[in-house]
Amino acid sequence: MHRREGLAKLTGRERYVDDLPLDDFLWGATVRSPASRGRVTAVRFGRGIDWSQFVVVDSQDLPGPNEILLIERDQPVLAAGYVRHVHEPVLLLAHRDRVALRRAVAAVTIEVAPEPAALDFRVPPRPEQIQYGADNVLKHLRIEKGDVERALATAPVVVEGVYETGAQEHVYLEPQGMIAHMDGDVLVVRGSMQCPYYVVKALTHALNRDEQHVRVVQTPTGGGFGGKEEYPSTIALHAALLALKSGRPVKLVYDRTEDMAATTKRHPARVRHRTGVTRDGKLVAQDIEVVMDGGAYVTLSPVVLSRGIIHAAGPYACEHVRIDGRAMFTNAVPFGAFRGFGAPQTHFAGERHMDVVAHRLGIDPAELRRRNLLRDGERTATGQVVNDGTDRVAVLERALALADYDKKRAANKAGGTTRRGIGIATFHHGAGFTGSGEVMLSSRVDVAGLPDGRIEVLSANIEMGQGTITVFTALAAARLGLTPDDVVVAEADTARVPNSGPTVASRTSMVVGRLVERACDDLRRRVNTGGRGKGEGLKRAIMDWHRAHPGGRLVGSATYERPPGIAWDDHTYTGDAYGAFAWAAYIAEVEVDLRTYTTRVTDFVAVQEIGKVLHETFARGQVQGGVAQGIGWALLEDCKWQDGAMANAQLTNYLIPTTEDLPPIRVAFLENPYPHGAQGAKGLGELPIDGPAPAVLNAVADALGVEPTTIPLTPERLMEIAERGARNAEQRRQ
Amino acid sequence: MITLAFTLNGAPATVEIDPADRLLDVLRERLGLTGTKEGCGEGECGACTVWLDGLPVNSCLVPAYQVRGARVHTVESLDPAALEPLLVHGATQCGACTPGVAMTACWIVGHPEILASHSLRELLAGNLCRCTGYDGIVAGVQAALDAGARA
Repeated sequence: MHRREGLAKLTGRERYVDDLPLDDFLWGATVRSPASRGRVTAVRFGRGIDWSQFVVVDSQDLPGPNEILLIERDQPVLAAGYVRHVHEPVLLLAHRDRVALRRAVAAVTIEVAPEPAALDFRVPPRPEQIQYGADNVLKHLRIEKGDVERALATAPVVVEGVYETGAQEHVYLEPQGMIAHMDGDVLVVRGSMQCPYYVVKALTHALNRDEQHVRVVQTPTGGGFGGKEEYPSTIALHAALLALKSGRPVKLVYDRTEDMAATTKRHPARVRHRTGVTRDGKLVAQDIEVVMDGGAYVTLSPVVLSRGIIHAAGPYACEHVRIDGRAMFTNAVPFGAFRGFGAPQTHFAGERHMDVVAHRLGIDPAELRRRNLLRDGERTATGQVVNDGTDRVAVLERALALADYDKKRAANKAGGTTRRGIGIATFHHGAGFTGSGEVMLSSRVDVAGLPDGRIEVLSANIEMGQGTITVFTALAAARLGLTPDDVVVAEADTARVPNSGPTVASRTSMVVGRLVERACDDLRRRVNTGGRGKGEGLKRAIMDWHRAHPGGRLVGSATYERPPGIAWDDHTYTGDAYGAFAWAAYIAEVEVDLRTYTTRVTDFVAVQEIGKVLHETFARGQVQGGVAQGIGWALLEDCKWQDGAMANAQLTNYLIPTTEDLPPIRVAFLENPYPHGAQGAKGLGELPIDGPAPAVLNAVADALGVEPTTIPLTPERLMEIAERGARNAEQRRQ
Repeated sequence: MITLAFTLNGAPATVEIDPADRLLDVLRERLGLTGTKEGCGEGECGACTVWLDGLPVNSCLVPAYQVRGARVHTVESLDPAALEPLLVHGATQCGACTPGVAMTACWIVGHPEILASHSLRELLAGNLCRCTGYDGIVAGVQAALDAGARA
């Protein structure tokens, strides 16, 4: 089945939030803090503008608490006299003319009495920089298994390393935007988002309205990657405040620069490894310290940190593991959800470190991984027994064969002014919410039988390119023996759809898709088909039901149930962190130009075991897109910071990969169906971003005989490392 | 305000514009052709690609007055049947870059001779996509070229 909405997208008929027809509306805009930290001493409205023509909203206009409700309540909807990061929203303006509005935003001056900002998460804060708790630590988490100190003390070899990853901007091609208007006494907000019910929660809280008076509708969403998980709540609140005050529809759409400067990004991280190994390369102890930059508000940092540390020890068996994680408050623009959600940072460090260990021991990096990959019956860092029947070594072997690894590894690296190298990453990604998260979400999906015999799938999970509409259509059609045209997937409109949880965490196909299947089963039970269970018989039974119950609603439902045998302890951070892991081995081949220190990825092999592949084209597309985003993070995407603000908030100098920066990405799947996922599927969306960066840097290490530890590995950075390496070699010879 | 007359998707169009208006905004906001998307507003991403006198351009960089008397084609002018290979090969995911990609793709398919001097990846490098990693796009355009060569 092809993408259901694909032709609408290709012909430009699909209408995104900025495309929706709207009458008699105002444009909204945000006036932001110029400073990283301090008290707002004055807000000055410049001369030459008739301010009476503008709707102006500040924190005084909030009907409810000035809080964006998420994990914590520390982030204000609009700064109330005090700012904690550059670009923090202070004022909102609306006007019917967009050009006049832009001029007005520029004419507002926010004066701030500056206070000492904390801008480097790696450095312990000075007393005057402390703004959260006693030490600016937003969240501290720890995983402990065995006795790390004793194991390290007796380990034959101990290898240390420190690895750093930079912020990454999502660059969904559709910038963020919302439209708010009143429909009678119901506030309606439409826009680009991943989590309609998060937005409902934020609106009801800060606007002091009940759920019956708030309706949130997702518009076709032009990419999300996590960037439209929590941030849309802020824009929705801003648009709603302007609409409430003006009594008119308000459209608040960011341009690219505002989107890049003011919205969340991937958390920068520093990860320190101290690893004990035997001389033949068996891991005996992993001591890992993870520090992430949370930025100026808590947002989702605690759960990003959680997923980060859970993945930090890699897909390896090791008896003694300690992982200590901290998310730090800084006066940076808050960091937030981004595909991978902490795991890419810790996998980068872990997989780069594996090669450093291999080099130290004189063991091939592939062989070191073979010796340590988890076998069924062995336990992860949290003590989760892995027993899914997947042969993780076979995943690696398949990648090695496809990449022709042995031959390329042995080949002459030199070629005039270029050097070639090949690098591996083996990794895993847990699908669905961590620990007890799915139980707490208690997601529900409805499947309705319509009077004409078709069925409608009702969920709050949205389409943002990953294929939700098509996959849900296919799952329901297969479950009920119907054709795709007999299935409608409802718009994610909170006035109609149940809360099936957010569209995040690689959970939509696996977890929510399974609910779609179970809701289909429930629908069949309710129509009492008496032998006419599926296909045309079911359609006739649905039509019969409606004839017997005129005006009635025929709905099958399913609510999440924890798979049997899963247990997680949030206090000790032990147990089954995820219902299922997807497993992968990625191999990159690179060519480094010694004149420019440019690294070009010349081949990329991505092999993964993801349970059942639900849609070959979509699954391949997820992997290729994730790999591209990962290669961008590894080599190109460099957020330049200046006094807490992103200095290159535009696509002219924040570079993402083009067709010419990428090789064809070769993808292969191994299938081992997961009994609790839809048709046996496991989550896939995030996995592909975990592996490319370490694979690429390991290939650079192989090419040049250096050990790069920081991404993005820009030419400037690589030149420094390579020439330092050459100098050291020179000194050793003398 | 000035009056702008040009040929839009094969039909005459007249619209009152401010001399500072961008072609992108005139198409989207004055003429209701919202298929053309704004991805960056500075000529980097290609989401706003249209054909100006038969050549692909970023409409965010074109002052609207410059198209006076010219021929402009937008994504709305494309034949849906010609886009089928892109659909089949997974060239579209979120769809925000897609109209621009479709305009470039159809232009290449209409000018296959350019492949003698330029690679497909080179010709597509002006259209940023964050979802597909480009393989689906390249495969889709290649399939469309192959179909064109057979026809």
